[in-house]
Amino acid sequence: MPRSRSLLSPGVDRFLAAVGDGSEFVVRFFGSFWRPPWHVREVIRQCFEVGVRSLPLISLTGFITGIVFTKQSRPSLAAFGATSWLPSLITLALVRSLAPLVTALVCTGRVGSSIGAELGSMKVTEQIEAMEVSAINPFKYLVVTRTLATTLMVPVLTIYCCFVGLTGSFLNVAGNEAQSLQAFVKSGFAQISFLDLWSSVAKSFIFGFTIGIIACYQGFHASKGTEGVGRAANASVVLAMFAVFIEEVLIVQVIHWLRSV
Amino acid sequence: MSDREPVIRVRGLARSFGENRVLAGVDLEVGPAENVVVLGRSGSGKSVLIKIIVGLLAPDAGVVEVFGQDVHRLRPRELDAIRVRIGFSFQSSALYDSMNVRENLEFPLRMNRRGLTEGAVRDAVNEALDAVGLAGAIDQMPSELSGGQRKRVGIARTLILNPEIMLYDEPTAGLDPNTCGEINELILRVREKYHTSSIIITHDLTCAKVTGDRVAILLDGVLFRIGTFESVFADPDPRIRSFYDYNFVTKATS
Ligand SMILES: Nc1ncnc2c1ncn2[C@@H]1O[C@H](COP(=O)(O)OP(=O)(O)O)[C@@H](O)[C@H]1O
Ligand SMILES: [Mg+2]
Repeated sequence: MPRSRSLLSPGVDRFLAAVGDGSEFVVRFFGSFWRPPWHVREVIRQCFEVGVRSLPLISLTGFITGIVFTKQSRPSLAAFGATSWLPSLITLALVRSLAPLVTALVCTGRVGSSIGAELGSMKVTEQIEAMEVSAINPFKYLVVTRTLATTLMVPVLTIYCCFVGLTGSFLNVAGNEAQSLQAFVKSGFAQISFLDLWSSVAKSFIFGFTIGIIACYQGFHASKGTEGVGRAANASVVLAMFAVFIEEVLIVQVIHWLRSV
Repeated sequence: MSDREPVIRVRGLARSFGENRVLAGVDLEVGPAENVVVLGRSGSGKSVLIKIIVGLLAPDAGVVEVFGQDVHRLRPRELDAIRVRIGFSFQSSALYDSMNVRENLEFPLRMNRRGLTEGAVRDAVNEALDAVGLAGAIDQMPSELSGGQRKRVGIARTLILNPEIMLYDEPTAGLDPNTCGEINELILRVREKYHTSSIIITHDLTCAKVTGDRVAILLDGVLFRIGTFESVFADPDPRIRSFYDYNFVTKATS
């Protein structure tokens, strides 16, 4: 058998092959998630897992982000005597960018790595093949359920993160500027448009999908041995973070364009 | 299909991984209620062979017929219909380690026989666990079981669908001699009770001798000799002699 010649370099070839495999994986998801059987109970269980795993950390990071961002922004605004703009600045930053990003990053670390490790260890101990020979489609039972769960839960957690962050910010503003909750909410949301809200939710759907599908892909393609499992978990986190930032940049462009038309 | 027709028929099966030619033309037939043992050294392609038989891997060339149907030309749904009639005992047991023993057994049943009553599920689980002699372990997690117990639960999990074919991948690998003996007996009991045809993959000659009606030796990608244990090992071919000696001298695990 002739050795297959590489097109560019072996590294580039491997990268392109992985991109091809990954796209196929995504296409397979969209080809199968709407077909029965749906494994509704497993989807609900996975949603619960995603929520439970990330809720404590999101509460903490969201709250701290709200407080710290408020504290750090105050001096620059005070220089113009514009501390009354604090609520609207913070709300804008949280809704548009901070809450979706913080939530996506926390979920990548907590949920992405655990899905990658779980499926990776199922792969190397032949549990995925065991499902297949029992006439259970492991792609549907494992990949579709988990990816749906992250896709549905990351937006929910983003809204929650936003809420917690604003709470932190309000406590800080109330302490320093003695502003009432009513005034905070009113000035905070004065600048927020409908486009801001729905684009953030849409963005977090995309982030959630990205985190789930990348972790499942890494788990399904884990190589034999225990180090394969570790590598799958690690790659789930690194790749998903990278993808989330790339998507953020692209989505911001699209939203800017939408805002201008 | 007549009664004497082979249940599994493999012809000219070949498979390579890159440059590594693992199978190079395997021919094999397994009759009704027959136990065929495939012996081979670690890395000789035994697992690849039975994974091709259930369609987990695709062959480069050759045909696999199970119940008279070409496994690699079936649509997914038709393949699934064949798979529920085949039990596959994995080398690593492959128990779902997030589920306890009961859930491991219930899982394939609930997924494939929707609409069973709770009572029917419970009875099926108890019967399968009884068949492997592990009724007491029903609420344990896989991590709490010994190697031999895991093997039995793995076998029970396939018995619950009343398979007509059993494929055992190294059922005795990594077990102590006593437990090996128990597993060998279990393989014979399963055939008696469920009238299964089986392929038993092993590199353990005792297992081969006890459980096999016929024994085949996988060597350089082909089944080198097929026949009764005695007739195969009466062969003076040095490669068979060396396999025999290797087995009793080094007792390697794969
Ligand atoms: N999925 C795979 N990809 C690449 N090589 C494989 C794969 N599965 C098996 N092989 C190779 O095929 C050969 C036979 O493997 P296997 O059938 O597992 O051996 P054994 O007889 O010990 O069960 C080995 O050299 C192994 O490296
Ligand atoms: Mg093997």
